[in-house]
Amino acid sequence: MIAFLQQHAYELARLTFEHLWLTAWAMLLAIVIAVPAGIWLTRHERWARPVIGFANIVQTIPSLALFGLLLPVPWLGDRTARLAILALTGYALLPILRNTYTGIRGIDPALIDVSNALGMTSMQRLFKVELPLSASVLLAGVRTATVTCVGVATIAAAIGAGGLGEFIFRGVASVDNRFVLLGAIPAALLALIADALLGLIEHKLAVRREQ
Amino acid sequence: MRVGAIEFRNVVVSRNGLTGTPSVVEGVAVAGNILNGISLELEVGTTTALLGRSGSGKTTLLRTINGLMRPSSGQVLVGGADVASAEVVTLRRGIGYVIQETGLYPHRTIGSNVAMPLELAGKPIAERTARAAELLAMVDLDPTQYAKRMPWQLSGGQRQRAGVARALAADPSILLLDEPFGALDPLTRAEMQTMLRDLLAKLGKTAVLVTHDLQEAIFLAHRVVFLDAGAVQADLASHDVLHSQIEGVREYVRAVNRFESAG
Repeated sequence: MIAFLQQHAYELARLTFEHLWLTAWAMLLAIVIAVPAGIWLTRHERWARPVIGFANIVQTIPSLALFGLLLPVPWLGDRTARLAILALTGYALLPILRNTYTGIRGIDPALIDVSNALGMTSMQRLFKVELPLSASVLLAGVRTATVTCVGVATIAAAIGAGGLGEFIFRGVASVDNRFVLLGAIPAALLALIADALLGLIEHKLAVRREQ
Repeated sequence: MRVGAIEFRNVVVSRNGLTGTPSVVEGVAVAGNILNGISLELEVGTTTALLGRSGSGKTTLLRTINGLMRPSSGQVLVGGADVASAEVVTLRRGIGYVIQETGLYPHRTIGSNVAMPLELAGKPIAERTARAAELLAMVDLDPTQYAKRMPWQLSGGQRQRAGVARALAADPSILLLDEPFGALDPLTRAEMQTMLRDLLAKLGKTAVLVTHDLQEAIFLAHRVVFLDAGAVQADLASHDVLHSQIEGVREYVRAVNRFESAG
């Protein structure tokens, strides 16, 4: 087993890096899209249900099916990684969108009222009140999305986008469990580490209200 | 009209026009409106209490002053200018606002909460800190002790003091108080009422107080306006309230005095 690990150490490092690369890009994109969209929804209530509903549908597409659907796309070629990132972004959208929206909506209406009465502009209210008070809920969404993303990213190997899934698929194809574990265990560890780290930040951002 | 004066001209607020822009109501005010044509003039530097049951429209009337509520018809004039055509951000920064219990930002220190109006006005941090200390002292909270604390570390009464201090931070000419002491125990409440009365007498603000407590209204205000179902039921100088022959007012007085009359 040690020999096996040593033999594949370099590859493991490379694929772990690829895995992180895919996840990080997808998360970055998802945050850039979903946070402003969630904020926008708090100001345009009637769009909230349809938009969150749509993100919900994207979320329910089985990942293998989504990557499978992308396979026959003719211009896939060297753009596989980008396509994988796009698909992962789709999965990360919903938790962030929903938590941004509900986080801001969940703020005590009296505080929103006071903010308006103090003469805050919409932007001041957002940055001085709404975002600080919903930060921990928003981050909980990012955390859920990240864990999902790390997991789903293993499937990206199905379309040749790399990542730790490559070991898993190789193991399945060659009926060699060592490869499956070599992909699955680091992927699980990555998810756990991301969860713990983001959990810590989430806890830090929580606003204390009671004694 | 002088700065700080408030005038209501036939103000109607319909139930469906809660948050929308002013919509014209055809003809006479319909039954079921929140406010049915209120006309009042409030003198500069005096305190007026709006008294009534829950749902009588007193909070709605208060909120038309800083544009949190829009009249369906009629006008609200603040300092002689129509609220409907005023720039709301500027208007609101010139009006202090205190609500029951929950008004402090839980993620900010007491000092930062109190100085928020100055922060919005873009004042430098040194000036904000100095002014916050001055304001906290004004409401009898020792700044060295309280400025750095978070709202959850204060008692209900102390939080309300900080709320009053914040409302006064930008030195507004008008102060709106929406049941400010409703959530406090009777003793703290009495302390707060005394403090507020002294403050108002000293600062000479035009204050509007929403309350359902007759004693509080008489104690704090020069004038008590009784509202019922969106209309003015009585409009009295506070020293006349207890002797009033108006039935709605007598009902209130009896409710307060039921101990003595029963005994």
